[in-house]
Amino acid sequence: MSISVSMNVNGKAVTQACPANTTLVDLLREKLQLTGTHVGCDTSQCGACTVHMNGRAIKACTILAAQCEGAEITTIEGLGDADNLHPMQEAFRECHGLQCGFCTPGMIMSAVDLVNREASLDETIIREGLEGNICRCTGYHNIVRAVETAARKMRN
Amino acid sequence: MYDFNYHKPSSIDEAIQLFTDLEDAVYLAGGHTLLPSLKLRLAAPTDVIDLAGIPGLNGIDYSGDDLKVGALTPHDDVSTSPVVQSVIPALASLAGGIGDAQVRNRGTIGGSVANSDPAADYPAAVLGLGAQLVTNQRTLNADEFFTGMFETALEEGELLKEIRFPKPEAAAYVKYPNPASRYATVGVFMTKTSEGVRVAITGAAPSVFRATDMEAALNADFSEAALDGISLDADMMNEDLHASAEYRAHLCVVMAKRAISQI
Amino acid sequence: MAEQSIGKSVLRKEDMRFITGKGQYTDDVNLRGQTYGYFVRSPYAHADVGEIDVSAAAGMPGVVAILTGKQVAEDEIGGLPCGWMIHSKDGSEMKQPLHPVMAGSKVNYVGEPVALVVAESFVEAKNAAEMVSVDYSERDAVVSVTDAQSAPVIHEDAPANTCYEWELGEKASTEEAIASAAHVTTYELTNNRLIPNAMEPRAAIADFNPATEDLTLYTTSQNPHLVRLILTAFIQLAPEHKLRVIAPDVGGGFGSKIFVYSEETALAWASMKLGLPIKWTAERSESFLADAHGRDHVTTAQLGLDAEGRFVGLKVKTTANMGAYLSTFASSVPTYLYGTLLAGQYKTPNIYVEVDSVFTNTAPVDAYRGAGRPEATFLLERIVELAARETGRDPAELRRINMIQPDEFPYQTPVALEYDIGDYEASLNRALKMADYDTFADRRAASEAKGKLRGIGFSCYIEACGLAPSKVAGELGAGVGLWESGEVRVNPTGSVTVLTGTHSHGQGHETTFAQLVASRFGISVDDVEVVHGDTGKLDFGLGTYGSRSLAVGGSALAKAADKVVEKGRLIAAHLLDEDAEKIDFEDGEYRVKDSNQAKTFQEIAFAAYVPHDYPLEDLEPGLAEKAFYDPGNFTYPAGTHICEVEIDPDTGVVEIDRFTAVDDFGTIINPMIVEGQVHGGIAQGIGQALLEGCVYDDMGQLQTGSYMDYCMPRADDLPSFAVGMTSTPCTHNPVGAKGCGEAGAIGSPPAVINAVTDAVGVPDITMPATPEKVWRAIATADKNAA
Repeated sequence: MSISVSMNVNGKAVTQACPANTTLVDLLREKLQLTGTHVGCDTSQCGACTVHMNGRAIKACTILAAQCEGAEITTIEGLGDADNLHPMQEAFRECHGLQCGFCTPGMIMSAVDLVNREASLDETIIREGLEGNICRCTGYHNIVRAVETAARKMRN
Repeated sequence: MYDFNYHKPSSIDEAIQLFTDLEDAVYLAGGHTLLPSLKLRLAAPTDVIDLAGIPGLNGIDYSGDDLKVGALTPHDDVSTSPVVQSVIPALASLAGGIGDAQVRNRGTIGGSVANSDPAADYPAAVLGLGAQLVTNQRTLNADEFFTGMFETALEEGELLKEIRFPKPEAAAYVKYPNPASRYATVGVFMTKTSEGVRVAITGAAPSVFRATDMEAALNADFSEAALDGISLDADMMNEDLHASAEYRAHLCVVMAKRAISQI
Repeated sequence: MAEQSIGKSVLRKEDMRFITGKGQYTDDVNLRGQTYGYFVRSPYAHADVGEIDVSAAAGMPGVVAILTGKQVAEDEIGGLPCGWMIHSKDGSEMKQPLHPVMAGSKVNYVGEPVALVVAESFVEAKNAAEMVSVDYSERDAVVSVTDAQSAPVIHEDAPANTCYEWELGEKASTEEAIASAAHVTTYELTNNRLIPNAMEPRAAIADFNPATEDLTLYTTSQNPHLVRLILTAFIQLAPEHKLRVIAPDVGGGFGSKIFVYSEETALAWASMKLGLPIKWTAERSESFLADAHGRDHVTTAQLGLDAEGRFVGLKVKTTANMGAYLSTFASSVPTYLYGTLLAGQYKTPNIYVEVDSVFTNTAPVDAYRGAGRPEATFLLERIVELAARETGRDPAELRRINMIQPDEFPYQTPVALEYDIGDYEASLNRALKMADYDTFADRRAASEAKGKLRGIGFSCYIEACGLAPSKVAGELGAGVGLWESGEVRVNPTGSVTVLTGTHSHGQGHETTFAQLVASRFGISVDDVEVVHGDTGKLDFGLGTYGSRSLAVGGSALAKAADKVVEKGRLIAAHLLDEDAEKIDFEDGEYRVKDSNQAKTFQEIAFAAYVPHDYPLEDLEPGLAEKAFYDPGNFTYPAGTHICEVEIDPDTGVVEIDRFTAVDDFGTIINPMIVEGQVHGGIAQGIGQALLEGCVYDDMGQLQTGSYMDYCMPRADDLPSFAVGMTSTPCTHNPVGAKGCGEAGAIGSPPAVINAVTDAVGVPDITMPATPEKVWRAIATADKNAA
């Protein structure tokens, strides 16, 4: 079955025809060429596909495009670009919070949501808050530093 | 995922009608159980009925005696709700420990409860608190709701609308998560009510269950020491790569004691 | 003056694209007219393959073609080769059974590709793959290493499922030393099988152009030139000059993307056959089944000590699992990357190691972060720990009295290696201080007061990086050279393009190598661009593995840069009308000694390309140099890891309270990047020690086939790490670097297990030390104490 879905992606209205079984991440990557959102597993565990839906972090592999009808979706491409980085993007770079970069977009999107939702952060809260994102490169040490750094900037 | 038809009804009646008319339909709530199984091609429904368009299924209300949680309420809403935090803090805490942040933003209480995954957290709260489950056609007691692994008393097409939690005197939920999946290997929901203690255990057995030996001992003496002589039958426990039946049986007692210490 | 950037934590040049979602990984590439491949895989660990009925599948929507292993054989496509010949004790060559690109008449592990479906979309390919009907006759499977040699034979040309029986060291003297030792510690261990799990699943796009007969293969590779060489010379798929292999951004490798696999090869073959671009991206489930796994050893060892605690002999017998076939470098891992490391940091005079490698009905096993060296280190640092406990010595002191001293280098070990330099005590001392070893007893008492168990564990590791030299490796059976190439192209405006044969998939080479070259020229890091990962852009290279990239690839670049400096000096001499030997090059300027006459690096570059005033009779225009660097020896990073754990005795849950690593990597170009490598390595090592373990059942079905069951370390499983450095620069390469990529994964597992067993009071807990195992061990310890 083919359906038509309309949503707002990174500030732009988008209407797309797609099969009903299309996930949001497939729509983003294959139809909209927003390839910053990655797919690292098939069991909704790794978090590489994390985007924001109406301001909250979700796994774009575990939601149908159809379920996003009317939603506001923000991907890593919409969070900030090279000329106008989001503090979280900046902090990941400053703190060497990434290596291969594959988990990074999802990690950043999760981290932004974490800072937005938690009134105060410490290392335990950050580590538990990033439970839904797997990184194989960094050992998370510098990711934690990055989130701490970004949180300070985001709150100033 | 195999191909399917997608429907988004705007009322419960319409959803039920669709379910009845269609060949092999499934309801879609938050999708965090259904979509992973569709993606792995473990299920092949002809039709998916998305419940998100039905008003009134999502929300938290404590205007009457019970804390009412709509079936489509996401875990994160429950965990961060000031109402839930003040009326049944253990329920908020349980919801805040389900899956991960992204899962909690999408997964719903109704989807979790109706699925009756033996390792899910919510069934422990529903059974432990002695909740009532309101469907489109009746109200079920928690004690009659969970009938087995991935099985409930819901009839074909019957739709869970709301869960009503009575306010306990005190409650606590402690879980030992599977280190890989983070589902409950053992989760114990301990409730003190005016009618006695209820101990509901998830993760350990094919379905959430009440540990009646523990309840009897705790009704006599609500203390960690009261559980010292209690051992659960390893034969009724699940066993997997991460925890043998014997270890699970042991963890049930450990987690129960920890729950008591929190009350 | 431009910056002097060696030793500075320059922020990574590559990061901007990754943090903004502009990275270009293989699956992000889409070609016009692209089709999609999906593999039909064996559901059985061991079965004969009968008729493959594709008729139902062929009629499915969107299907372009269905190709089977039988067609691979008909097209005379060669098997996947193993690049390192190992000889058994009796001099015979290792058994190398055919490793078909897709299975023909028999399948030997669950997940082995049997057929490739090509369709117009991914979903259509997957749908059709389900409809391919294969007639399997199941056979008994052999899964465990210990059963393999007495089990039914998998490959007829490998009797007793044995690939080789290898040895190293002196057997007689070692047995003698152990027989006369004052104390002998015996240790039996399993080094658990791991699944690498780079976060980017493997992917490829093969694009054959029938008109030009050019084949372009985009692939998730750590060494694209090696892929090209093997596809050409061994598998004879396409001529080397018609084959271009591009490894764009690659999302982690850890060894698993070194190898030439069935899927990429089949895709390339199919693209040539069909004249179409075909894309394949592994689903994570496929990665679990079909990426090369790591480790999987069973070992018995004896360590003899004299009355003073000095090690007198070490005897080791290991059986190593190769899986169903020999993967690209599988044979070298439990031999030259393992046996040679068994001296560790110690002056053990007699060492003898025997390794039997066996075939089983499991996925092929090959190099995974550390590759052989973690297995050697785990054995050694565990048996040393046990020896300390058994003889009542402080584990740090026992290590100290056996360490090779700084004045004893170069040091020839009894297992072939000659260590060039090190100061092992310096790392140990620094680590003990950073870990507050002196006050450990107080912390243990505090834990006990809370009803918790606390333990501390050490690991003094050494590793060998940058496999070398080519001549020696060749004599030992290596199928490739072990040098690296580099090219430094100075552009007319003085900016620099650097090409390297190594590959960066997280290691930050674009920054480190830019720093290296920029510092040689006294220019800004921003003016240097590093290019890698495309056989169409540079001559040849051997890629990234074994922590070799800076030590070997960086050395090639240093050589090339030095050649550029020398040519520039000749140009400057001409322009400044002075003898070349009177011209110094410093801080980006060629200056006549003791004068203020100078030309900038940029002026020289411009003159080289606009040779209006130029010594054309003596010198060619242009300013670009290549170099090939063949290392004279391995490099030997070493260090000490200390782990401190607290255990909940009710559940057996282990919490790592602190983890300290002090490493000697020689010269460090970018400390930030090096520390990041250490962090990641430690995380994988802790993963091996506590969380990760690949499990097959008796039928050869993979039980840990997803993140639901294979336990990946997550942020809340790990602490922050305390990382320190000492430095004895490598003596034999121009950079002084030793390599840092694997050390964390090598040093950490024994430190963790030493800590856990110290806390519990038992000699051993098999990795991964899961809470249940720890809980049971506590019960055993309690029983023994009672």
